[in-house]
Amino acid sequence: MTQYAIDKSLDARGLCCPMPSVKTALALEGMKTGQVIEVLTDDPVSKKDLPVWARSTGNHLLGIEETDNIVRIYLRKG
Amino acid sequence: MSGNVSKKEPVTIVLFSGELDKAIAAFVVATAAASMDMPVSIFFTFWGLNVIKKDGGLIKGRNWMQKMLNVMNRGHARRLAISKMNMMGMGPAMLKTMMSQKCVPSLPEFIKTAHALGVKFYPCEMSMSVMGLGKADFVDECEDVIGAVTYLSIAKGSNVNLFI
Repeated sequence: MTQYAIDKSLDARGLCCPMPSVKTALALEGMKTGQVIEVLTDDPVSKKDLPVWARSTGNHLLGIEETDNIVRIYLRKG
Repeated sequence: MSGNVSKKEPVTIVLFSGELDKAIAAFVVATAAASMDMPVSIFFTFWGLNVIKKDGGLIKGRNWMQKMLNVMNRGHARRLAISKMNMMGMGPAMLKTMMSQKCVPSLPEFIKTAHALGVKFYPCEMSMSVMGLGKADFVDECEDVIGAVTYLSIAKGSNVNLFI
């Protein structure tokens, strides 16, 4: 279980570059500042790309959890 | 898309090539940039116009040379060759299968996604007039038809400029 209170969860498993970033951007559009999104991905590129994406879009990376090749990335909307 | 980033960093792409692989590369960069809240403009010129041609209407153009060119160069996102190992259409068919196995969107899906993210498509006026094509020959997602000067006026204010 995660330590973050999640407002939305995005299942981006099976998608590859650049779609996890695209889907995250679209998902955050409907959210309020300060809300937290959990993004699930099994794409090794997105594990590196999503934190970079968050930084360059003014959102905050809260943490990354990895279990059984599934990466959960927690972002707070900035 | 989101965030409080005050300074926008625009991206401009000239898509000169009409091959599937190069078009996919352009749209991967375009959609990734759009997801990063960067305003993206793609200038489709010469063979690149094939990527945004509407399906149907085999004979286009005003004179026999334009008509012949457009018959041999039909275009449309689903009908593009690849730049290497085309093998009379076997290459693109195999590539499309391999990409869908990896959940890579198809080119028509990329075009829709890019448009939904606010990517601007500009067909090149001069190439269109050489080939005898009109705005109606292109997908509805296209913005105005523009010339080189207008393209450069957008490109000079951008941070990333690619020629593909």
